[in-house]
Amino acid sequence: MKIIEVRNLRKRYPKHLAVDDVSFDVADGEIFGILGPNGAGKTTTVECVAGLRVPDGGTVRVAGLDPQRDRTELREVLGLQLQSAALPEKIKVREAMDLYASFYPDPADWSELLERVGLDSKREALFKSLSGGQRQRLSVALALVGKPRVAVLDELTTGLDPQARRDTWELVEGIRDAGVTIVLVTHFMEEAERLCDRLALIDAGKVVATDTPAGFIAHLGGDQRVRFRPSGPFDDGLLLALPEVKEVGRSGDQVVVSGTGNLAPAVTLALAQHQIVPGDLRIERATLDDAFLALTGRKLS
Amino acid sequence: MKLFLIEARLHLREWPFLLFTVGLPTLLLVALGLSIPDMTKVQESGERAVDTHMPSMMALLSLLTLACNVLPAVLATYREQGVLRRMSTTPVHPGRVLGVQLLINLGVGAVSTVILIVAGKLVFGSALPRQWVGFILVFLLGTAALLAIGLVIAAIAPNGKVAPGIGSAVMFPLMFVAGMWVPRETMPDAMRVVSDYSVAGPFAQALRDTWAGHAPQLMHLVVIAAGLVVFGGLAVRLFRWE
Repeated sequence: MKIIEVRNLRKRYPKHLAVDDVSFDVADGEIFGILGPNGAGKTTTVECVAGLRVPDGGTVRVAGLDPQRDRTELREVLGLQLQSAALPEKIKVREAMDLYASFYPDPADWSELLERVGLDSKREALFKSLSGGQRQRLSVALALVGKPRVAVLDELTTGLDPQARRDTWELVEGIRDAGVTIVLVTHFMEEAERLCDRLALIDAGKVVATDTPAGFIAHLGGDQRVRFRPSGPFDDGLLLALPEVKEVGRSGDQVVVSGTGNLAPAVTLALAQHQIVPGDLRIERATLDDAFLALTGRKLS
Repeated sequence: MKLFLIEARLHLREWPFLLFTVGLPTLLLVALGLSIPDMTKVQESGERAVDTHMPSMMALLSLLTLACNVLPAVLATYREQGVLRRMSTTPVHPGRVLGVQLLINLGVGAVSTVILIVAGKLVFGSALPRQWVGFILVFLLGTAALLAIGLVIAAIAPNGKVAPGIGSAVMFPLMFVAGMWVPRETMPDAMRVVSDYSVAGPFAQALRDTWAGHAPQLMHLVVIAAGLVVFGGLAVRLFRWE
């Protein structure tokens, strides 16, 4: 079931066209990624979805609601986490949660939410004393306090250190598992690959393609590579005979096999049949970065 | 209600504000009244400066500081930091924050004014406002007009740091024409005309009139009300949430 439908969305600012023509659907219960370089129109798109901006063209429906017409109802089903700090400096974590809970007719238990985002020990801390990662987690908790059906998370992990980023990813998966549909805006390929069920690649205000992360990579074709150090000599023909293998190369004592499909299992199986053990086996797969490059001719970052 | 309580707590956490809006005016009234002999000398009009002139001016100082400095600083900072924008993603409109802020500043101004009245009574034996119903109505109308001016400042200030600067540029001329340094009765005629149309001038005079037990002048009330309408309208047109 579709929970979000965006058709031919268009938004022009006085100085530039931010969103040219964006369409996508988000299914109930998935993590949907909106991925693209800075300035591609990602944030403007979700702001239109959340009813914060009035589109110049196209239609948006969230759980059947029109963000412009059904302002209040929309805000009860959609929780939005914004890019930057957005609380008074001297408000306490506890007060912020309590306050935002009071904005909704049927709020979540905010103490429990704080525990879930790992801020339980920071209840009495002032907002300005929180670290970047803690602010982001608080911001996620605030986006969830109204028990939304859809949570929009914009550049959630920008500015976080790698550990905080991984913690946040786990948090996002936990939210999805609790039944909330998530729209994740990001310019991190790794994040999109790890979290998203499906994603839309956006560039210059247009959707370049919509697919699963695996689908994007599969479209690139034979870009998979397996690299290993064989335990003994073998003939290249042994691997070239496999349907998955396209090319076998050697650099020093390392063998590099490129091909498609289930390349690594096919290679290891064929080697095992000849009592060869592939040491230091590494699988190099194409990434969304490569996909973006292939689709737009530009690098993501 | 919760928004009011939390915003009020936040206001108290910015305690230096209260130093200027509640502490300073009373301190000035008492210190100047006790140290300058002219302040407690009976004038031609039959009253002393500490009776109605000084406390009205100090109340005006408090209210102008709230309206021109505190309110714009808080609102411009909220807008700058995205507090208002964040709230606009919830079912509660950020206009509520504006309303709550106006109430809090009105409340602090009222507390400050009550303290001034009590201090005048205790230290100088000054009379309480004689026309007290009129005094309260004038206070509410005038404070509303000043807060409307504050909203316009909050609307045009690019951020929370510049807002108090613009506020001071508005506040000091207003205090001057309202008679802070040259009482209205000793002003040259031309200056009194300016004062009569300055919103703060008629507000101060109407406070003094009702304090002394007279009815406020209709013209003064009209000017204050016009100020409320004009600046309130401007604020509505100019205010941006982000």
